[in-house]
Amino acid sequence: MKISMIVNGEPRSVELADELTPLLWVIRDMLGLKGTKFGCGKAACGACTLHVDGEAVRSCSYPVKFAVGKEITTIEGLGDAENPHPVQEAWIEEVVPQCGYCQPGFMMATAALLNKIPNPTDEEIDDNIINVCRCGTYYRMRKAIHRAAEKQQAITPMNQPTNTK
Amino acid sequence: MNSKKYVLVLFLLMVGLVLASVYTPTETNYESVPVNEDKNISASDVAFHKMMDVLTHPRCLNCHPSDNVPKQGEDSHPHHFDIARGESDKGFEATKCATCHQSENNPYSGAPGAPHWSLAPHSMRWQGLNRFEIAKSMMDTERNGDRSPEEIKKHLTEDDLVLWAWEPGTNIKGEPRELPPVSKEEFISAVEEWFSNGHTIPSQ
Repeated sequence: MKISMIVNGEPRSVELADELTPLLWVIRDMLGLKGTKFGCGKAACGACTLHVDGEAVRSCSYPVKFAVGKEITTIEGLGDAENPHPVQEAWIEEVVPQCGYCQPGFMMATAALLNKIPNPTDEEIDDNIINVCRCGTYYRMRKAIHRAAEKQQAITPMNQPTNTK
Repeated sequence: MNSKKYVLVLFLLMVGLVLASVYTPTETNYESVPVNEDKNISASDVAFHKMMDVLTHPRCLNCHPSDNVPKQGEDSHPHHFDIARGESDKGFEATKCATCHQSENNPYSGAPGAPHWSLAPHSMRWQGLNRFEIAKSMMDTERNGDRSPEEIKKHLTEDDLVLWAWEPGTNIKGEPRELPPVSKEEFISAVEEWFSNGHTIPSQ
């Protein structure tokens, strides 16, 4: 079957035999976007987090059939080296990553959070950012999330969520 | 068997019989299980208990928590990662139930799913209540979202999220989740019978 969707602003189509194929595999193996990572495969760790129509989802547990016609944003579409997203900037400035494997998922989860809550409290961060980092970079991530919120508010007035690319 | 052994066995048997007659158990610390002698239990009560056998199963109770934390598994442990009800009964602002749970079970990840996957509202908290209290809560318009009996019956017999209990899929280990103790057809039949008989809650 043919699956069509918008990936990082570009219309993309793939041919698949199994409509239950996790979106993650389509993104990584068929479209070659390797930024989104496979972690647990059980919708638990969040390494595979990306956006579907602006909402964070665990793509390892998201059948591709539900993505038909929707807008998918991966870490590659969030921003790039020339035009980084405020979350990516903050991550760099706070030197958040250690091994780095889980970080795209965290950044995508954070971008989704800041679109809902432009200036989150620590409690709101704890509630919403529940990904797993085996290097334990949580402390730096918390600082980066607050920094990203400041950066994003400098660009966009409070209560006006930004659109991801 | 030689005669000496035969005499010994006979002797031990006699001793045993004597001791048994002397030390017949009289009282224990255990209370006997009460036997329901009421043979006039109504069909409505039978239907009620069949219905409540399902509504008190983890497949139902896990999403009717009393502490705002969804439960998981047959042991009803708190949902991993501190997931909670949130303001909309669908999780937090950016990390929602739908972040992981879609409208159907996922056979690859083991994440369960059904349409409008969410917690029952806080007023419909059932965990910790007995079956009679749950039934009273379910029929109380102050707690059931101002639903009429007809609407409650419809929820129990037609709502995809309720009926998911009989198609719960497999867990993250690939093992089938436990089904309620009554079949879907029996449950629906019991619910319809209980409501058609006036939805009377038996006395405890």
